Amino acid sequence: MSKFNREEHHRIMQKHFGIITTPGQFTVALAGNPNVGKSTVFNALTGLHQHTGNWPGKTVDNAQGSFTYLDSSFLMIDLPGTYSILAHTVEEQVARDFICFGKPDATLVVLDATCLERNLNLALQVMEITPHVIVCVNLMDEAIKKNITINISALQKELGVPVIPTAARNGKGLDSLRHALYEMSIGITHTTPRQIHYSPEVERAIQELTPKISRCIGNALNPRWVALRLLDGDSAFIDSITHYLDLENNRKELAV
Amino acid sequence: MSAVIKPMITLKEICTEAERIRLTTQNSFGDKIVSDIYVNAEKIANRTITKNTSENPSLDSRLDDILTSRLFGFPIMLLLLSGIFWLTITGANIPSEMIGNVLFAFQDQLIIWFALAGAPDWLTGVLVLGMYRSLAWVISVMLPPMAIFFPLFTLLEDLGYLPRVAFNLDNMFKKCQACGKQILTMCMGFGCNAAGVVACRIIDSPRERLIAVLTNNFVPCNGRFPTLIAIATIFMGGVVTSEYETAVASLVVTLLVILGILITFAVSWALSHTILKGETSSLVLELPPYRKPQFGAILYRSIIDRTLFVLKRAIIMAAPAGAIIWILANVYIGELSLIRHLAAWLHPFAYAIGLDGFILLAFILGLPANEIVVPILLMSYLSSGQMLEFDTLNDLRNILIDQGWTWLTAVCALLFCLLHWPCTTTLLSAYKETGSKKWTFLTFLIPTTIGFAVCFTVAQLARLLGLA
Repeated sequence: MSKFNREEHHRIMQKHFGIITTPGQFTVALAGNPNVGKSTVFNALTGLHQHTGNWPGKTVDNAQGSFTYLDSSFLMIDLPGTYSILAHTVEEQVARDFICFGKPDATLVVLDATCLERNLNLALQVMEITPHVIVCVNLMDEAIKKNITINISALQKELGVPVIPTAARNGKGLDSLRHALYEMSIGITHTTPRQIHYSPEVERAIQELTPKISRCIGNALNPRWVALRLLDGDSAFIDSITHYLDLENNRKELAV
Repeated sequence: MSAVIKPMITLKEICTEAERIRLTTQNSFGDKIVSDIYVNAEKIANRTITKNTSENPSLDSRLDDILTSRLFGFPIMLLLLSGIFWLTITGANIPSEMIGNVLFAFQDQLIIWFALAGAPDWLTGVLVLGMYRSLAWVISVMLPPMAIFFPLFTLLEDLGYLPRVAFNLDNMFKKCQACGKQILTMCMGFGCNAAGVVACRIIDSPRERLIAVLTNNFVPCNGRFPTLIAIATIFMGGVVTSEYETAVASLVVTLLVILGILITFAVSWALSHTILKGETSSLVLELPPYRKPQFGAILYRSIIDRTLFVLKRAIIMAAPAGAIIWILANVYIGELSLIRHLAAWLHPFAYAIGLDGFILLAFILGLPANEIVVPILLMSYLSSGQMLEFDTLNDLRNILIDQGWTWLTAVCALLFCLLHWPCTTTLLSAYKETGSKKWTFLTFLIPTTIGFAVCFTVAQLARLLGLA
């Protein structure tokens, strides 16, 4: 990101999400289903450097914590635990809006190794929004106990983003996690996030909408994903777009 | 800096376009999108995960197989529900009597003290026979069932059973084009309809939220439970020999709850096919693992948060209501007291729906809080005739029979208790949640209309067939 973009980013974070970063600090969003040890990961990475509050205008908890790795400072934002980010609940909306409009430098999706299949839904949805995703397969120790073997390198190939196995309770895998977050934040990780294949009728509808969407909102958001939200009839999302993007457009127009 | 591209097409136009495409298919794209995501996840999982689960499936999933099965899911639900009612009714009788004895003994003492202090009759009347007596009734009739029902219900909640109930009923709500989460708001409604209405916030689609708000009152709240339980015990239970009394009574209460749920479905269906048309949103429902309940927390939550909270509300309402009733019953215009005039005026209408003027009056005066319906009723019955001491449910039964109650009166009173206007607190919550007078009025109108219609039909049919 250029200097200007970083400032802009800083401004949006503060204005819309009440998150204040120090100059040069990277932001990491932490997403995951409930009960997958997301908080354990959060606590293990940030230690005591945490503070909690609310999302602006929402009665949803917001916990932030910071840590330093290889002289870089990171601010980690713990998103509410959700099963999806299709925004059927306020929690889902908060998580989605942050990933989508807050544009964190990296989004860490924590998955439960013992029920990976169900958890993958969230990872796939996040990967539709942003390529800056790191998948953390937590509770590996539990999975081994339950005789579940997960082929991490195959999973990484399937998903096209870094996959880190952890057992956060025992502190296992946390170093690799920090390193992956670092590499992604400084921009040396290249990902090819797997896109969800939809059934033909959905794909056809997407094709119909995407050209118009990209003409309207430019590359601020993934047009394919916006098309999906519109097809889902998600009116809250349209509100979000106008709320977050119009402000930016107005400002830019003023600047020009 | 990036160049500014002037939008050639507005977001609004795209939304209309999307809406058009969205409505071309009957099945919503929303469901399709969700299921497609699952298919993708499954494919990836199949290629990367190997499970050597040769051992038996976990206890949790075996339990779930039974509790959420098509065959056993519903019967188990009903069994648990009637079991809870049975425990509540059986358990509440004795403490109810004991509390009643103590409180009414104190009433006699109060009267003596008032007499010693030389208080005028009207003061003793308003304060002791009005306020104190209705308080005593509310506490002795309401406290024991609540103190048993709430912990039991919280126990189910703590065990993790409620999400299974939501799972079992989700499909039916979907068929009514309502949200599966509505059942959770209904569960809250068992405690208090006002809380149930507020809980409708968890439903995100405004359309489905409105449906849940409008139908929440069909779940009997704990203000109405004691009334249902008392009438069911003394009338329905009285039909059979005493050993089956509580069993029959709990069955009757269970049937009433089921009736309430069925009407909820019917009204939800009707609403979503008339004034609240729209699509059903899908939700992911996770069945959390079963947990060992924490008994300390259950007791604390159910006693402090619910029982005492509700009792406090009832007491605040009951004291002034008691005073008002006493005044109404003791101010005479001509031959009759005010309350007799009112009851006589309501009677023809009340009779048509199987009640009598006093019952309807009690329900009307009970608008601030349903808890005080039975106390008001007893007070107006007693004040108009000879003074009776109320000690046990048996006395209650005698009072009611003296006043001409038949089984039909009891059935209609039960039905009307289940199906009538919500209390003012609920209406206020509905107004706050919907922000509209129209929807608040409908919250009032729908159950009231249904209540009158059902009671009228039952009463007229029974009389036509010569059953009563």
